Amino acid sequence: MSATTVATGAGHGWNVSLAICARGMQRLRARPVLLIPTVVMPVFFVVSFTGAFSSLTRIEGYGTSNIFNWMAPYAALQGAVFAGVGGAMSAADDLENGFFDRLLLTPGSRLPILVGTIGYSSVRSIIPTTGVLGVAALGGLELPGGVLGLVSLYVATAGMAVVFCLMGLTVAYRLRSLRSMMIVQVIGFSSMFLSIGQVPIDFLDGWLHGAARLNPLTNVLRLSRQGFVGEMSWDLTWPGLVAIAAMTVVGGATALRALARLAP
Amino acid sequence: MTGPGVSGVLTAGSQTWELTRRSVVGERRQLLSVMPGLVFPLLLAAVYTKQFSRVLDMPGFPEVDSFLDFILPACIVQAVSFGATAAGSELALDMENGFLDRLLASPVARWPILLGRLAGAAVVASAKTIVILALFLVFGARVAGGPAAMLVLVAVAALLVLVIGGLAQVMAFRTGSQEAVGATFPLIFVSIFMSSAFFPTNLMSGWFKVVAENNPLSWIINPVRRLVINGWSSADALQALGLPAALAAVTISAGVMALNRRLATP
Repeated sequence: MSATTVATGAGHGWNVSLAICARGMQRLRARPVLLIPTVVMPVFFVVSFTGAFSSLTRIEGYGTSNIFNWMAPYAALQGAVFAGVGGAMSAADDLENGFFDRLLLTPGSRLPILVGTIGYSSVRSIIPTTGVLGVAALGGLELPGGVLGLVSLYVATAGMAVVFCLMGLTVAYRLRSLRSMMIVQVIGFSSMFLSIGQVPIDFLDGWLHGAARLNPLTNVLRLSRQGFVGEMSWDLTWPGLVAIAAMTVVGGATALRALARLAP
Repeated sequence: MTGPGVSGVLTAGSQTWELTRRSVVGERRQLLSVMPGLVFPLLLAAVYTKQFSRVLDMPGFPEVDSFLDFILPACIVQAVSFGATAAGSELALDMENGFLDRLLASPVARWPILLGRLAGAAVVASAKTIVILALFLVFGARVAGGPAAMLVLVAVAALLVLVIGGLAQVMAFRTGSQEAVGATFPLIFVSIFMSSAFFPTNLMSGWFKVVAENNPLSWIINPVRRLVINGWSSADALQALGLPAALAAVTISAGVMALNRRLATP
């Protein structure tokens, strides 16, 4: 068995992915300021959206009488977007400081590098989701959907982190700049706003109504929110899962292509 | 005796000008990175206008023809915050790649190093504000205060860059990391949300209402909004310009102190 065979084996790839993921978590511990967008931001979101828009529940037809039930899943998903972009940011930082070049000098497939970064993002997404739920619980969050409602929220947030990490990696591999991650953050914010994040779809007028209907994140939001505004329903579950799967496939293909161009 | 002092000021002025030019050229070369700061606030304004149309009938909401009139100041503040934090990130980049060390080794005064970056960002923010104003007017917004109010809007945008950018520069000196400075941008974003930017404070409740009412951003946004919705008022213009000017003096001074502290650290 040659060294090359060992280096390209599945076990080796798994170890590389785990090491990249662990390095990302280590980085979070070493630089606590990076936790600001990961934890503080989504917590601020739930606080600020519930605070600023609390009077929306007075309008007839709003999905719930408790603003926390509506906004907490939305804030958690926003946090997951940050977690995803944060993972890609670590790769962009590595690209700028030369560490990524050293990674590329190692033998073996490039895929585990990408998989490790995605893994780091999805693990990282647990932090904001839990933080948001904790703060929202203090504000009076309810969970009529039970444990399954919680599970669907965590699945949705992990999925969003993966999707936006892949998008961030595509941009990072192409532009090789940390600053370019702002583009992905803006895309993440914007696509969340072009959905049913803050108000039900019936509240949306004109072009926004059409955009929200077509936006795959609308289905992800329904998946994540259903357990907080009512009973669980398969009709609200499968479209969200399909949306996450489709975005992951497309994002994965573009990220792999960008990586292949960066390191043929 | 005033000769050397005047020449010192002139030298610092020309150094600031050169560093401002460098900053503006840098922004122009990275237009792709500048665009989100313009596109996102516009998108948010467009979304909120379509999302909150039912809110206009709520008792207590200001009398406006469209949510567009209400959200104009918020849109400008948001656009400004994007470019302003970038001023801090760029400074951190200068630190990471050694350009700042080379600047400090040259006979350049401390203030121009900070002001150059901030002034560049202020130029970009003013340009963004003019674009935003033009687009809002095209889409039916009405600035009741007329051209004078629009000038105040542009000036407030430039001053806010100095405030937010000054804070980002302090962060840059403290951490020396672009990534860390970039991570603080969301906090600025949230502080905009925790103000009267997107919703009137009289429709808020509890502690959040207290925070929003006492957020300095609300003290800037409210008079600007009155200039847009109600019409020209010298008192409102003075409040809108005076507060960010005072805050800018504080943050830039803090930046110089952070730079001096960094230089004093072996």
